[in-house]
Amino acid sequence: MADTEAFIVSLVQMRPGQKGKIVEINGGYGLTQKLDTLGIGTGKEITKVSGQLMRGPVLLQHNNTQAAVGFGMASRIIVEVHGKDKK
Amino acid sequence: MKILLMGNPNVGKSVVFNRVTGTSVIASNYPGTTVEFTKGSIKLGDRRVEVIDVPGTYTLEPTCKAEQIAVEMLNENADGDVVINVVESTNLERSLNLTLQLLKRKIPTIVALNFWDETKHKGILIDDKKLEQILGVPCVPICAVTGEGVKQLVERVKEAKLSEYDYEDEERWHEVGRIVDQVQNITHRHHTWLERLGDASVRPLTGIPMAAMVMFLAFKVIRFIGEGLIGYVSEPLFEKLWMPVVMKLSAVMGSGGFLHNLVIGQLIDGEIDFGQSFGLLTTGLFVPIGAVLPYVFAFYVVLSFLEDLGFIPRLAVMVDTLMHKLGLHGFAIVPMLLGLGCNVPGALATRILETRREKFIAATLLSIAVPCAALQAMIVGLVGEHGLGYLAIIYGTLLAVWVLLGVIFNKTVKGESPEIFIEIPPYRIPYIRSLAKKIWIRIKWFLKEAIPFVLLGVFIVNILYTFGIIQFVGKITAPVVTRVLGLPQEAVGALIVGFLRKDVAVGMLVPLGLTIKQLVIASVVLAMYFPCVATFTTLVKELGVVDMLKSATIMIVSSLIVGGLLNLVLP
Repeated sequence: MADTEAFIVSLVQMRPGQKGKIVEINGGYGLTQKLDTLGIGTGKEITKVSGQLMRGPVLLQHNNTQAAVGFGMASRIIVEVHGKDKK
Repeated sequence: MKILLMGNPNVGKSVVFNRVTGTSVIASNYPGTTVEFTKGSIKLGDRRVEVIDVPGTYTLEPTCKAEQIAVEMLNENADGDVVINVVESTNLERSLNLTLQLLKRKIPTIVALNFWDETKHKGILIDDKKLEQILGVPCVPICAVTGEGVKQLVERVKEAKLSEYDYEDEERWHEVGRIVDQVQNITHRHHTWLERLGDASVRPLTGIPMAAMVMFLAFKVIRFIGEGLIGYVSEPLFEKLWMPVVMKLSAVMGSGGFLHNLVIGQLIDGEIDFGQSFGLLTTGLFVPIGAVLPYVFAFYVVLSFLEDLGFIPRLAVMVDTLMHKLGLHGFAIVPMLLGLGCNVPGALATRILETRREKFIAATLLSIAVPCAALQAMIVGLVGEHGLGYLAIIYGTLLAVWVLLGVIFNKTVKGESPEIFIEIPPYRIPYIRSLAKKIWIRIKWFLKEAIPFVLLGVFIVNILYTFGIIQFVGKITAPVVTRVLGLPQEAVGALIVGFLRKDVAVGMLVPLGLTIKQLVIASVVLAMYFPCVATFTTLVKELGVVDMLKSATIMIVSSLIVGGLLNLVLP
């Protein structure tokens, strides 16, 4: 995916299966801290596994760790993705 | 000297504990199985050394009560104590974050690289010798479920030592990354079918039908095993083998009198009826062993399987949106599921929830609307013969109460309910021996808890009747019990005994000859009105006296309202 454009989206807006790199976490200390315990933070590569209906939790994967985070938290995790379209 | 087993949640500390000490604690495939520490011991040389299974923690800066317990255990360490840091080899990076924090505490440490077998399937190569060199403490590959490497781990405990490894706290993840780069090599590989199944069960389109299917199958299997065991094993055992023994004893004791009625119970048409006689050796043994145990066993077979598979956290994700309407998040399904077996472990499991508000809501909903297996077994036995429709009314009412009260709590209880945040472990094929062991632990625990209380309950029933106490209380409470709930005065006896054991309480309804409408109302009220004494004491400890008083008031009031409504609505 060499010549594709980079987009900045939130984890919520990513497609299931899409990969990206976290560029920012717009949460307070709590969220950053919680993600940190799983080794997830700014600069880390993640994959979105799935998102649930009706603003349900989002599943993300980093290395061999999968975690479910609430919709609100997911919308505050900002990710840089590459692709031809935003969504 | 003590040995502390520490590590991230769900890395298998409890499995290691069971292996090294030979004692038994519950281990499952979801983070937060252990919310309390368990002690055991091990022989090192000629010394007996205490081993402690500490609740899992991601960090030494605790974020919930279980993690707090873990950190306190570490802070209380004395000279000569050793930490066995259990690490998930398939997740080295995340595990080492805690390892580095532990090393800074300057306590002799040894690292157990668990799930070593799984690294091979996942194409992960770890150089354990090099890791040992870098960290400066022994690193032993093990597979705790099968027991591989555990012997070496125990042998090397004496080599545990302080690490010289030093780093800046802010740089911890960089340090972890640096170490992982040096010791780990990941080769490309295809997804295993378990991983595909894991992914499919968290996608809405496939996950919701899968979750519904699993729950449906779970109920089918529980009913099949439970009913089968009662019909083909426990009832024949009591009727064919035990009956002649107690009949003989009854004759020896003169077929009547206070002592006879206490030990054997009332004869009905000259015969013993295990359901109705209410003697210690008849109903007192039949209720826990003949009627309840088969369902308890069936329930724990299914629950334990789903736990070890790794299904529970995925279910938590699927029900998260619904649970938010009740002021909880998806992981609160864990106390509810455990509560369907017994409310006591359910109440303890509310520790995985973070805020006071969540704990209050979860604990109250649990003790009002989640009937334990013992109560359910008796209700199914008593009401089931009148048709499944009546059982559906009971379960439907409890479910409606659970949802409705939750919605009310969500609007009225002050405080915060945070969003879900859980690690989803991979699906793992349950290892049959550890599964069997876990079921056995739970059965043993049930028998130890249930039999004394059931016997005590039967004893008290006899005393209450002999001294006319039930008749007396019945008269006083008649306005509520008969007018509001539409039950006969004697039913108040069941409500008194229900505080001790709810299964005995349901048993007390049998001789009253209630109509099916009264049976339905009594079952629902018994489930809701108050927790049994074991659950009550646990809740007081978990919630504190103030919150428990509030919770208890809600229980009593709502059970009267719901029971009264059923009395009005049912034909």
